[in-house]
Amino acid sequence: MLVLSIVTICLVIISLAVDRRKTWNGIKKGIKMFLSLLPTLLFMLALVSVVLFMIPEETLVRYMGEGSGITGWATAALFGSVALIPGFIAYPLCGILVKSGVAYSVIAVFITTLMMTGFLTLPVEARFFGWRVSIIRNLVSLAAALLIGLIMGFFL
Amino acid sequence: MKEVKKYIFPVVFLILIGLSWLFDFASGEQIGLNFWMFFREMILFLPLMFILIGLFDVWVPRENIEKHIGKESGWKGTGLVILLATLQAGPLYGAFPFAYILWKKGCSIRNVFIYLGAFSTIKIPMLTFEIGFLGMKFSLLRTLITLPVFILIGYLMEWHLKDKDFEVKQP
Repeated sequence: MLVLSIVTICLVIISLAVDRRKTWNGIKKGIKMFLSLLPTLLFMLALVSVVLFMIPEETLVRYMGEGSGITGWATAALFGSVALIPGFIAYPLCGILVKSGVAYSVIAVFITTLMMTGFLTLPVEARFFGWRVSIIRNLVSLAAALLIGLIMGFFL
Repeated sequence: MKEVKKYIFPVVFLILIGLSWLFDFASGEQIGLNFWMFFREMILFLPLMFILIGLFDVWVPRENIEKHIGKESGWKGTGLVILLATLQAGPLYGAFPFAYILWKKGCSIRNVFIYLGAFSTIKIPMLTFEIGFLGMKFSLLRTLITLPVFILIGYLMEWHLKDKDFEVKQP
């Protein structure tokens, strides 16, 4: 985050030095896009916070834990694709899951779907790619995550 | 009026959260805390990202992007978008606006989706985190398996979308 701020500030200063009018045009364009996306973003973030509240850690451990078999996979894929959790929470959570006996292949599915697919982020994605393409991308990514989990299962 | 209407849902949501705090409704308070965490993550990075995108839009000529990561760019182009994506940080929804600007400047469909795949799964800042919590072996293996998979997704999406006049829209 700090790196991004520094990079942005430096680039804005350089850009201003070279061409003031062009710079303001660019910044205005960017901010305009951001503002037009903001309501959809807030809607999505509100949805995510409700869903995260409804599915506590203990539930995840129970359904994905040792000997959960196909249920574990299904839970990982389902929860992983619905939710959008920042890495700084997702990884510690995965650490806990591993310690509570969740298989590595299930963790791989969970992590991959968490990052690659987001059914709750669909409203935002659809603003760029349209609903049809967004849904296809998410479904293909879900299948890919299962495949990745399967291959991981062979190795770990 | 139309502008105001779009904010009805977020405003109602925030009022409910506010009432939860007022009346000590624990579930509402927890949801409020979750929302604050996600909101902070978003507001700290997305506006900056959009400023960069705006600058990218006015400064970077289309020919450059088209040449390096456009339709005819081949493996070098794929390598470039992957490199670009791994150096970034933030949640997936931050990648969509960047994918838009890349596409607008002539990035190929395949590379747009490879960019999204790489952005979501193998960002280097996140990898260091992953290694810390899940170990070197797991992280390395996951990265190596994931890499060809999302390149394949890029090809699949291109194959599916190539005669469907697909476009990445400006939000």
